[in-house]
Amino acid sequence: MKRFLLTLPLLVILMLTLVLGKGLVLDPRKVDSPLVGKPSPAFTGPRLDTGDPTSRDDLLGEVTLLNVWASWCVACRQEHPLLNQLARSGEVRVVGLNYKDEQRDGLRWLQQFGDPYVWSVADRDGRIGIDYGVYGVPETFVLDAAGVIRAKHIGPITPDYLRDELLPLVRALKQESRG
Amino acid sequence: MRRTTLHAVVLTLTFLLASVTAGAQDTDIDAERMRDLEKELRCLVCQNQSLADSAAPLAQDLRSELKRLLREGKSDDEIRAWMVERYGDFVLYRPPFKPMTWALWLGPFVLLGIGAGVIVHLTRRRGDTTAPAATVDPKRLQDALRQTEKT
Repeated sequence: MKRFLLTLPLLVILMLTLVLGKGLVLDPRKVDSPLVGKPSPAFTGPRLDTGDPTSRDDLLGEVTLLNVWASWCVACRQEHPLLNQLARSGEVRVVGLNYKDEQRDGLRWLQQFGDPYVWSVADRDGRIGIDYGVYGVPETFVLDAAGVIRAKHIGPITPDYLRDELLPLVRALKQESRG
Repeated sequence: MRRTTLHAVVLTLTFLLASVTAGAQDTDIDAERMRDLEKELRCLVCQNQSLADSAAPLAQDLRSELKRLLREGKSDDEIRAWMVERYGDFVLYRPPFKPMTWALWLGPFVLLGIGAGVIVHLTRRRGDTTAPAATVDPKRLQDALRQTEKT
């Protein structure tokens, strides 16, 4: 009994180290989105280029990536070549959500860095972003053909994430909608 | 001279009027409820600040959404649910009590219990070592004391 009591502090410290050590490894910016598994929130808004109305209905029918971007977003430049590449491959449709941006700046940005989006909806006041729980641009949502959010990625897409998670998921979802 | 005074008066009145009308817009919402809600909701951008403290653009947007919801007559619970729907339990500084958070809510009490147990255990054992003193026969003690008094 005495021996047990003597080792008790050591055990407590070990447990604390494990718990706090785990905390060091976790990324506090990665908050699990409660939207995963739920239908994507409804929205209406003008297309960034033409101003034509768009809505959530335009996202339905096929597997779609909804990528939140802005011309003022530096990290967006990091992932942009990957998105361009993805759009060229024709693997999946990419739709843009131009978050809290000016039309002129957004269009110029696309001209400068390339436009992977079939279209982008302009969310000037950020209201669509709020309904999608956006808090760290860039963010990417994976929607299945029925418009249900199947995954959300916060921060720039990395080659590893694209290869190991995003593309396998997209392929599985395409299989699902076909079968 | 008189002119500047007039200017000053007009200017003051303008500002006064402006502040009064600006305030009037917000009288239909409960400022106290707004403050309380802001304080217990987390700003997602600067994560250790509440919405009330944060100057991040998103926090400003969310504050104006809060105002809108209050104006629409939503209850505090409805507003919290609205936030959780979008950002998850993480936005709440007071997380809900559910299996995921049992350790969080009950952990301190469990630790307190363990600590109390250890202290009780240790003091009991210390009590044992002084136990012989308690076996003194009170009657003999009384006798002894009486003896000393007599002498």
